[in-house]
Amino acid sequence: MNNDDLIKETEFQINNSETVGNIHVEDPRIIVKNINVRYGEKLAINNVSIDIGKNEVLAMIGPSGCGKSTFLRCLNRMNDTIESCVVDGELYLDNENILDEKTDVVPLRAKVGMVFQKPNPFPKSIYENVAYGPKIHGLAKNKIELDEIVFNSLEKAGLFNEVKDRLDAPGTSLSGGQQQRLCIARTIAVSPEVILMDEPCSALDPIATAKVEELIYELKENFTIVIVTHAMQQAARVSQRTAYFHLGNLVEVGPTQKIFTTPQHKLTESYITGRFG
Amino acid sequence: MNITIILIIIGLLGISAYYTGLRKSLTLREDKLLHSTPIYHGAILAINSSLASILLVIVWVLFEKNIFPELLAFRNILFIISIFIFFLTAFFTFKKIKNKFKARDKVEKIIELFLLVCSSLAILITVGIFLSVIFESNRFFESIPLTEFLFGTHWSPQMPIREDQAGSTGAFGAVPLFTGTFLIAFIAMCIAGPIGLMSAIFLSEYASKSVRDIVKPLTEILAGIPTVVYGFFAVIVVAPFIRNTGNYFGIEVASESALAAGLVMGVMIIPFVSSISDDVINAVPQNLKNGSLGVGATKSETIKLVIIPAALPGIIGGLLLAVSRAIGETMIVVMAAGMSANLTANPFEAVTTVTVQIVVLLVGDQEFDSPKTLAAFALGLVLFIMTLILNYIALHIVRKYREQYE
Ligand SMILES: Nc1ncnc2c1ncn2[C@@H]1O[C@H](COP(=O)(O)OP(=O)(O)O)[C@@H](O)[C@H]1O
Ligand SMILES: [Mg+2]
Repeated sequence: MNNDDLIKETEFQINNSETVGNIHVEDPRIIVKNINVRYGEKLAINNVSIDIGKNEVLAMIGPSGCGKSTFLRCLNRMNDTIESCVVDGELYLDNENILDEKTDVVPLRAKVGMVFQKPNPFPKSIYENVAYGPKIHGLAKNKIELDEIVFNSLEKAGLFNEVKDRLDAPGTSLSGGQQQRLCIARTIAVSPEVILMDEPCSALDPIATAKVEELIYELKENFTIVIVTHAMQQAARVSQRTAYFHLGNLVEVGPTQKIFTTPQHKLTESYITGRFG
Repeated sequence: MNITIILIIIGLLGISAYYTGLRKSLTLREDKLLHSTPIYHGAILAINSSLASILLVIVWVLFEKNIFPELLAFRNILFIISIFIFFLTAFFTFKKIKNKFKARDKVEKIIELFLLVCSSLAILITVGIFLSVIFESNRFFESIPLTEFLFGTHWSPQMPIREDQAGSTGAFGAVPLFTGTFLIAFIAMCIAGPIGLMSAIFLSEYASKSVRDIVKPLTEILAGIPTVVYGFFAVIVVAPFIRNTGNYFGIEVASESALAAGLVMGVMIIPFVSSISDDVINAVPQNLKNGSLGVGATKSETIKLVIIPAALPGIIGGLLLAVSRAIGETMIVVMAAGMSANLTANPFEAVTTVTVQIVVLLVGDQEFDSPKTLAAFALGLVLFIMTLILNYIALHIVRKYREQYE
């Protein structure tokens, strides 16, 4: 099959497709129902529904431009910051529809933290970077409590030992991998329930990537994690469930093992076997 | 014979040289590939020959004007020689046009040279102005000591015109001028700094695209209003308003006041501050803002805690540039600030500025060697140095900041 045929068939299948695999889980923390996202006229997410379980790592894979980041940004309403972006559908976090106009995004974003593709520490000290969220949300009554939160978060992000002697150094002075773990610490510091990660390792070298992956593996004990990734090995290494997106559609969901060994949908198979990417 | 006519004839010859070269190389092209396209062959022929003869004309004219006025009678000979030179160069260049002739490289070189001359001209002229200002100032400092000029607190530059004239002897203490300048610049910055910054924040962070598309061009119009217009706005509207308001509260306000000039000047530089701040704020990466919004900070928290601190160096640089604008501004202060060199920090009094005094010193019939007129050069020199330093620091800061976020 040549590429053009593949694309034609793709479009056909997409227009006629329901998500393959079981979108439900036993103990959901997030329930997504029939989400559509538009950028102006353009439909970027088409009628996606999926549950995200407690303490699981859900990996989202798919060719670039298929809407993974867009979907991820729905989960903490970061799409609000994009002027042309309109989201409709229902999205329940702890039985509250967070897409409701009335939902306050300030506590929501504390509950659903986000780690970005490129490490983005603030031009402040390492300490201040982590203390940023707790200060804004008034989580610490005094300096001692704040210290505790900061140290704890750095510890959990596996960074404490590397930076404990230079907490006053600027966050930007760290290496790329350390910066990304600092950003993870910053996210953890406001005690989120869910952590969203958008290709968190794509700007890192292999060693730093390995460290972050290890960290993700540990974090799943305490957090629900949704991770977008380009590297399929990464999805295989860190996640329990994998969702495959294609042109704004959620094509297939299933246990990671299964998706990578016996994909049900032809598109998933093509992607896994590297026919397009 | 008129020089203009000679030049026109050379120009016409140049054009025909262009086509001659073009034609020759077009025929050459029929058998074999050329190194350069025919256009370049035409161009090099035209440039070479006209340049040679124009240079001759220039040299001739320089001689005639400065050294041998008698040459004026021999303009016809000049004409003949220059035409001769033209054809001579044209002939040799024409012979050179072959398939392998690197006309393209030569034309490139000539263009480069031409651009170099233009840019060095600008620099040379600036240096020339600077040197002449220094030179004239030096003459001023021969009659008035530098220390008196820089530290004297009394300014009244009326020198007696005749030896026996009674009255003033002239005083050249520039301190009141500098305090006046800074007082007005300070008032202006008090207006332009906050308002410009806030409007930049609004435009870059809050306004929707449609609002931005309307407001930005409008602020740019504000920047395009001639300063004279601001000046009479200050005199006719703002100054009376301030005086009336002041009277109402029982405050004595001069009809020309530092406040009126400063306020209007502030309005004038608002677009300047806001446009620089806007650039700087937009240069803060979206990624950084997302990081802050992503942990649940509100827009204003993000602005206060992340954007402004990140943009601060750039904003300060922009403000310094604005200060240097305010210091050099002339028209508004001439019209609204008054002429009296009061040493005061009271914004309700009339003050005068360096630029105003330069205007005053040079307006009207003046001898160009009295300390009174030479003082203008000294003032200009100090002004020049001040704004130079300010601009240097400001640009340095802004550039540093740009590098930080590439
Ligand atoms: N800010 C935006 N404005 C307009 N269109 C966008 C914007 N962000 C993403 N898109 C479009 O939405 C689609 C999905 O993009 P994205 O979610 O970034 O894909 P992915 O993360 O899977 O690579 C793409 O076609 C992209 O062009
Ligand atoms: Mg993406």
